[in-house]
Amino acid sequence: MTITVVSSGMLSSIQDLGRNGFQKHGVIVSGAMDTYSLRIANLIVGNKEGEAGLEITLLGPTLTFEKDALIAITGGDLSPEIEGKQVPLWRPVLVKKGSVLRFGKIKSGCRAYLTIAGGFAIPKVMNSKSTYLRAGLGGYHGRALKAGDRIETNSMSHYSSNLFNKLKNNEPSPSFITTSWYVDFHKFINFSNNNSVRVLKGSHFSKCSASSQTTFFTSTYIVTPQSDRMGYRLSGPKLKLDEKFELLSEAVTVGTIQLPPDGQPIILMADRQTTGGYPKIAHVISVDLSLIGQMKPGGEICFQEITLEEAEALFIEREQWMGELKKSLQMKMN
Amino acid sequence: MLANYLEIHPFSGLIECVPAYTNVTVYYQPFVIYESFKQKSDNLSPFQIVKSLLKEVIEQLEEGKSTNNRVAEIPVCYGGEYGPDLEEVAKHNQLSVEQVIDIHSGGEYCVYMIGFAPGFPFLGGMSEKIATPRRSTPRQLIPSGSVGIAGVQTGVYPIVTPGGWQLIGQTPLELFLPEKNPPSLLQAGDIVKFVPISKREFLHQKEENI
Repeated sequence: MTITVVSSGMLSSIQDLGRNGFQKHGVIVSGAMDTYSLRIANLIVGNKEGEAGLEITLLGPTLTFEKDALIAITGGDLSPEIEGKQVPLWRPVLVKKGSVLRFGKIKSGCRAYLTIAGGFAIPKVMNSKSTYLRAGLGGYHGRALKAGDRIETNSMSHYSSNLFNKLKNNEPSPSFITTSWYVDFHKFINFSNNNSVRVLKGSHFSKCSASSQTTFFTSTYIVTPQSDRMGYRLSGPKLKLDEKFELLSEAVTVGTIQLPPDGQPIILMADRQTTGGYPKIAHVISVDLSLIGQMKPGGEICFQEITLEEAEALFIEREQWMGELKKSLQMKMN
Repeated sequence: MLANYLEIHPFSGLIECVPAYTNVTVYYQPFVIYESFKQKSDNLSPFQIVKSLLKEVIEQLEEGKSTNNRVAEIPVCYGGEYGPDLEEVAKHNQLSVEQVIDIHSGGEYCVYMIGFAPGFPFLGGMSEKIATPRRSTPRQLIPSGSVGIAGVQTGVYPIVTPGGWQLIGQTPLELFLPEKNPPSLLQAGDIVKFVPISKREFLHQKEENI
């Protein structure tokens, strides 16, 4: 099966759950900005949840399908349509041979995830299919998609084939067929551009002045247009340190909130550098990272402190929910 | 040492470790820890479990000392088109260009960590005599292999990136080799020496890479 890119959209790149295990060599993790939506998109088409999908940013691409293909689109609603008919999100879609998939208006969120049964036939580099844009490696030739690209797909799993055949036997439709069931994603994400984000205090939080410590938790921060896959640069009331201190660079992680000298916090995201030398004032909890990855410039964030134990309990609850979802989807495909 | 130990003896749920100047960051999967310990641990959270695991390892390690540092020689063509800021560095420190080269290539540098870019070594041990502040305006594109100075730090750019360091030379060596394992030529703990080479040697070695 081959997908042909007719037009690329703003930034469409192949991403999985990241290139882990090489940070000590300075190799960034990359991966989907909203891993929650990518994982669900994979489970819906019968893939392993860590398979690579297409991360589509704001303005989507136009794609054609050489053969019948089983796909799912999750994440932000960027108005996908086939032959003028709206394609529903969060459910399997059997796209008919020769169909053209387009994206339109941005209805909600910032990034959509498109997965295909079998996954993209892209070689792994350092154990991952994720595109590392700056180093030009991984993904589709180390870069975002361009018009004229042709992406091959792998053969389908047992679950995918069953679902594919079930849908194919449904009533004939000119362009695509979908199911009545869908995944209710609401429990762990929303696509609002105005969010309360839960954080843990970072190791340098206490170095902020007393008034800045209060300001951080009581103000609204705006997502600036300089935000990208590397980090979300926020603008809001300036945060100050009690006194300047020298910090040697050390490892950072996704969700780390750094405070550069200009006093405007930065939330590190998927394409963050592996190490950083700015004070770390807080960390976004893992469960809320996908929420950030779906925010657009102009979005508003308020920070709310929770404890490490609460963050861990939320994480475990979400993973258990994911496990249940996986089981129930596999039952539908058996 | 801790990072090396965990690499050889990983616990279930460990993702990776990143050593830095004075600490090691340990990345783990809380749910895997939770699943594998839920029968055994008396309501300990994943963080508490990992913390006690690491404590045990550190206590064991205390006796040994890390000894076998590798020495890596990095050939550098100083100045000219390869080191456009060499004269600036000399002027700033009231030295001649030759003195800067002698001081820079006369030192031994310890790789404290790899970060900022793939294969980029954070080196300690540069003489303060050649310390120079970063450029006021960063360059849009720095060629890979460029050797730079920023304050009292020196380093080598493994891939083409923007950057604000003062560029004093370039190495024909490739520091980031994505198809090799490990993908980074240098590792934390290595000792680095810079060896001056001529433009001819530089071009010759560069050709051999292809």
